Order: sequence, then structure tokens, then C-alpha cells
Amino acid sequence: MAQLATVLEDQRQTDETALITGSEAIAVACKLADVDVITAYPIRPYDTVMQYVSKLVSNGELDCEYIVAEGEHSQFEIVKHACAAGARVFCGSSGVGWMYAMEALTVTPALRVPMVAMVGNRALDDPGAFGVEHNDALTVRDLGWQLVWVDTAQEALDTALIAYRVSEDRRIFLPCAISCDGAFLTHSQALVQIPSQKKVNEFLPRYNRADLLLHPDNPITVAPQGNEDWVMEIRRQNYAAMERVSDVLREAYDHFERIFGRSYGNPFFEEFETDDADIVLMGMGTLSTPVKVAIRKMRKEGKKVGFVRMRWFRPFAAAELAECLSRFSAVGVVDRDYSFGSPYMSGVLATEVRSALYSAPGKKPPVVGFIAGLGGREVTVPDVERITEGVYNAAQGRPQPLTQWIGLRE
Amino acid sequence: MGRLFAIEIIYRGIYQKTLASRISRAIVLAAHQEGKPGISFGRYGDSPERNGIPAKNFAIVGTDQETLEQGMAKYEPKEVDITIAVDDTLFKGVESWAWYGLQPVNKLLKPGGTLIVTSRETPEALIKMAHRKETPYQLAIVKGTPSFSGLWVYKDDHTDVRILGAIAKLLPELFSLKSVQKAIVNEWKDPVKAESAARSCERISTTEVMPNQGNPEIPYKFEFPKWHEMGEGIAIPSIPAGRAVEDPVSHATGGFRPDRNPTFKKFTTRTMRPVVNFDTCIKCTLCWLQCPDSCFDVTPEGLYDANMQACCGCGVCEAVCPVKDCVTMVNESEFGDNASQWEDWKKDKAAYKIWLEDKIKTRSERSHGFRYRGQYEEQIPEMLRIAREG
Ligand code: SF4
Ligand code: SF4
Repeated sequence: MAQLATVLEDQRQTDETALITGSEAIAVACKLADVDVITAYPIRPYDTVMQYVSKLVSNGELDCEYIVAEGEHSQFEIVKHACAAGARVFCGSSGVGWMYAMEALTVTPALRVPMVAMVGNRALDDPGAFGVEHNDALTVRDLGWQLVWVDTAQEALDTALIAYRVSEDRRIFLPCAISCDGAFLTHSQALVQIPSQKKVNEFLPRYNRADLLLHPDNPITVAPQGNEDWVMEIRRQNYAAMERVSDVLREAYDHFERIFGRSYGNPFFEEFETDDADIVLMGMGTLSTPVKVAIRKMRKEGKKVGFVRMRWFRPFAAAELAECLSRFSAVGVVDRDYSFGSPYMSGVLATEVRSALYSAPGKKPPVVGFIAGLGGREVTVPDVERITEGVYNAAQGRPQPLTQWIGLRE
Repeated sequence: MGRLFAIEIIYRGIYQKTLASRISRAIVLAAHQEGKPGISFGRYGDSPERNGIPAKNFAIVGTDQETLEQGMAKYEPKEVDITIAVDDTLFKGVESWAWYGLQPVNKLLKPGGTLIVTSRETPEALIKMAHRKETPYQLAIVKGTPSFSGLWVYKDDHTDVRILGAIAKLLPELFSLKSVQKAIVNEWKDPVKAESAARSCERISTTEVMPNQGNPEIPYKFEFPKWHEMGEGIAIPSIPAGRAVEDPVSHATGGFRPDRNPTFKKFTTRTMRPVVNFDTCIKCTLCWLQCPDSCFDVTPEGLYDANMQACCGCGVCEAVCPVKDCVTMVNESEFGDNASQWEDWKKDKAAYKIWLEDKIKTRSERSHGFRYRGQYEEQIPEMLRIAREG
């Protein structure tokens, strides 16, 4: 027995490697973060995280209130209230499930509730496809949610820990949604380094709601109605909190690297093969896999193509990104989403990238938008090559449609 | 630029909502008869329209479209030619909601503007209730009991058209009586209403109110905090628990007075207030339990004193009190201050008894809604007399 105790203690102290999916990695992060209240309601592909969490709970590995609500709206409302009462919380959803929670999603940032949620990105209904599209999580982009897209199970785990740390920082107190591409990330297993509890405890302080704690010892009223005399000031406070996120994120990534020995470089976006690149592609999430493979292939053919993967979409690191992009002669943004009727009919990311460039001081490369991989359709290496061709054309000043659909039967 | 006219109608939320919007609508329609464009609007809200809370409607008219747009560019006019108060207890002021403080009823009036009120009171009694204003203004009384025409009922006692007739006399530049009558016939198809307007136009007269007349109190008000001074997360500190009450004579302490919202005193939300006979109270606690606004302070000897900072004048305490005439609702215009009745009783019980009897005898009624079945019928002879004699 004494020997077993030592083995168990060793486990607490040391990292281990496990073969797990992105969803499971998020569930493991919940365990490591010792989350207090988790609410769930099944919808694919988010429901995978729900299964892993319930397994952890029933195995006695995670001690939390695990509530299966009667729908997503209640699911998000319950954690909102629990979080206001000082509990560290986790929840999540996908596609139209996320939309059904919309009212709760809108009030959460205004109430400064640092809820951490996982969005298993899924196409919105109809036609009820299960595959990935980013429009679900993007619907809250204006509301005060921090939004991050991860591309591996490892990044999912690490980002969840960082999300707790940043969201629950008293300077921030904003919710955070971690987007994991449906199927590509939620359902595929990869080898993940699971950090020791000791390291996590060092990295992640307890959630302290401080002056905003809803508790009999701190009698406050939360969410009284206010009219035009109050609304602008309340919105301005959220603006200030979101403005502070970048610095707090940087601190958290630095600290993360010191404790866990894993570095993500620039927290906001990942650069791949950009040092000598002529043109770059951009995108979010697991799109990085086919893009990176295609770039390796094209580089062998002498094409100097790079890739910038946006990690944090909110806050959007506009100045840094514009500076980065000013080094290239053209940019191709691949959106796994749509924004019908938007400027140039582009996807959301392309529109934001153009907007970031417009007011930046440096050189402004042409931006071509591509819509690809909707509903979980595969983005193939030849697709990426076609995209690259379009971007090269733009770089050479050849007229290009500003939005192009890739991988469409036509 | 032409001339811009602004008129506000102050009313009691819900009870007089329809009345106020009818008046402001008819003002615009009458002006339209003379080719003047206008708009009619209310500041909508949630609580501001709840029972008895003072609320406002506005009619803005311009001699031409461009002038009108100048006036419309403001959410709420900063000054008005005419203020109409459709309930005379509103003369004590307007607390539309939390944080606005107490607005004098005459606050928005331009120098020399006119305050029209429907009332049976004398000018002297009314002037006493309103706060002092730096510049002189005119007071015009449309004689009658304050009408109530809210969400559920419309008491068609011609208050609307009588006010319109009065405006034709007081501000002829806005519209003539003829235009008012045309608008009335178009809108209500009722020639009798047009008659009422003419009679009111003929009878209305004004009294000048000077800066040294009226309630000298400085109304309480608040500064809004800046965004970075406010607490975050739409969380506000709760109102602290209360404390014991001090006897004004013996200085003994006991009982309990809950702390109350410091930014919303409800002095002006009521049209009646309860007066309590402490000599006959049997301390049954019912008023204290049932009051929806937790108004009752518990005195050291276990009596219940309705605190006027909190009372909205609903009348529940009167309805639940098991002792005859122990709690009686009395018209708010009968009171000059918000002092504690219990303290007055403590200081001089004989004087309090005389005061109490006088209050109950004169005006135990409310201006909208009735205390008992048949009270409306009782008012009709007086209303008819006013209609005949003015
Ligand atoms: S009238 Fe009576 S019951 Fe109603 S609020 Fe005032 S004290 Fe309370
Ligand atoms: S309900 Fe009447 S008798 Fe009972 S405590 Fe109140 S005032 Fe006294």
C-alpha cells in the first residue's frame, strides 16, 4: 500500500502522456482546474466533452456539481449564477445549441462572469450538418466574450488552463469560449502531455470573485434594471476590461511557459514558415493541418508561402497582425464561416483582417478572402494550392474576385 | 427659423397613461389644423409607468418642419411653454425613477410659461405645494377632480378636451379654439366634447406665481457617477440592515427601522397616505406584514409608523387593519411634510388627535381608484356643479 501511495504521489508530481481527443483534453483541463460546477446538455460534437467529464466525475477523479440541464439556455444560466456565487465553472455547446443559449450568452459578459465554455464548432441548422463551421462561436464576437481557436488537443488543454487564469483575473472577469473544430479536433485522438497537478496549482490561483461575490456576507444586488442613464457607462466598463485582456494574456502565456516549459510564442497568432515568405495564408483552427502540409509541398517547389493561424479572435491583435502582414505581398484568408452581405461578401476573418490593415501605419498587402470547408467539408492539399495561386495572382496585381469559394461543386 | 412649442404632460403612471397620451396627441392634431407639424411622444420605461409613479408625455409643435426637427433632435425638451399636471398631488414634484432626484413640477417651464392643473384646490393651496421657481410663471386651474384614465379604464369626463380648450386661450399662437374643436370632432366625433372645450376656454384664468411663492425646500438630487467610478458587473451594494428607533421624548431606543433606498424616496409617487390612530392600534402587525413596500417602522413600544420615504400610497394597510378608522387613507394634498406621525403623537397626543380627526374628516379619498363601491357616484353631483358653474 505504501508503495502505491508513492506511485500516486509521483503521478501528482509528474507530467504524463495520454492519447486523448480535443474534447477529452478539455475535460482533463477541467479536472486539473478543479472546476466546481459543470452544466451540460447534449449536442454533437460538444457532447464528447460531456461524456468525458461525467466519466471523471463517476470515477471520483473530479469532485464537482455536474448538472445536466433541460436545454442550453438553462445550462448557461446555471453556470452564470454559480460563477457569480464564486464557483469556477465550465460548460459548452455546439451549433444551434449555442444559439439556443444566446440570451444567457449575451448577459454573461455584462455581468462580468468569467465563465469558460467550449464550443465544439458545428454548422448552424439547417440542414443539420454535424461538421465544423465557425459561425456558431462567432455570433458572440461583439458581446464581450473572449474567443480563441485551438488546433490540437494539447493546445486545447493548455488554452483551457490559460482561459481560466485570464478570465478569472479581477482585471478581466469576462467569459471565454474555446473553439474546437467539430470532428477534426473533438473526435480525433492525439498524444497529449498532461501536466502535473502541482504545476497547475502553481499556475492557476483559486477563483476569487472578491467584491462581486454574491454571498450573504457580501450583500449586493446583481443585474438591477438600468436605462439610458447607465447603459453607456456599463458598456464602457466592458470595453475597458476587454482592452486589458491582451496584457493579462501575455502575462499568462509567459508564466505558462515558465511553469510548463511549453511555449506558444506570440499568444495571439501562430506564424508558420513566414520568415522568408512572399505571401501568406490565414485561417483558424484545424485548417492548419492541410495548410501546413500543402505549404511544405509548395516550398519544395520553390514557392515561398507562409501561414498565420489566428488563435485569439477576441481580443483581436490588430496592430500586431497588421505589422506582421505588412511583410508580405499578399494575404489569403481562408474562412470556415460566412457572413452573407458583408463587405465584399467575405467571411468574418477576412473582413476583420482587412479592417485591421486599413488603419495600420505600414504597408497594406491585398487581402483575398476564401470560403472553404463549410459544414466540415475537407479542405484538401490541392484546395490550398488553388488558394495559393489566387493569392499569388493578387500579389502580382492581377484582378481577383475578393471572395472565392473553394472546394465547391461547380 | 420659426417658432417651436413644447408642452409636457405629467401624469401618474398606468392610472393616467391613456389620458396623457390622448392630450398630447390632440395637441398635435389641433396644431395640424393650422398647418403646424408636430409630434407626440412619451418617455417609455418600465417602473416609470408603474402604478402612480409620475411619468411624462410630450407634444412638440413647430411653425414649420425644419423648426420642428430642431425640437425633435432632443430626447426630452429642456424647457416647455406649458406644463400640464393631470393630478394635483403632482405639485409636490416628480420623482420619475431612482437617481433622478425630485424634480419640481414647474422645473421645465420657460419664464412666464403656464402650469395647467386639473384640481378642486384653490391657487393658494396649490402654490404652497409646488417648489419655488426663480422666474415668475402662470398657474391655470382646470376645475375638476383629477381624472384617471389608464390602461384598463377611460373615465371620459372631458378632462382631455377641457385642457385643450384652456390651451387655446393660454397659448393662442399654438392653435385657436376653432382648430381645437375641429380636431376634437375629427378625432372623437363628439360635438359635446367640442362644447366642453369651448366652455373651458372661456372660463380659464391664470394667477401669476412669483419667485418668493411656493415650497422653499431645495429638492434632493444626485450626481450620476462616471463610468470608472461605478462598480463593475452591474452589481450594486444592497441596502444595509436597519437599526432601532429612538423615542423623541424619552430617548429610549427599541423597535426597528429598516434602511431604505437613499436614491428613490417615493415622496411623490402617492396620491394618498395612511394616517394612523396610535391610540386605537391593537398591535396586530397586519399593516407591517402586508405593506408591499416595507414602510412600517416598528416603534420601541411595538406600534407601527408608516414611513413616508417609502410609502407609495397603495392603501393596503388601510384595507387590512382590523380596527375601525385606525388606518385611514387621506389625500396627499392635505400634507405639507413627510414627518413621522408617531413622533408627533408621542410629543403631543391631544394635538395629534385633533390633527388626525381633521385629516380624516376632510379628504379621506384618493384621486384615482376608489376606496369603496359607489364612491364615483358620490362624486358626480360635484362634478356636474363644477361643469355648470366652473
Ligand atoms: S399605503 Fe400603507 S400599505 Fe401602501 S405603501 Fe403606504 S404604508 Fe404601505
Ligand atoms: S393593522 Fe391596524 S391595528 Fe394592526 S398593527 Fe397596524 S395599525 Fe395597528
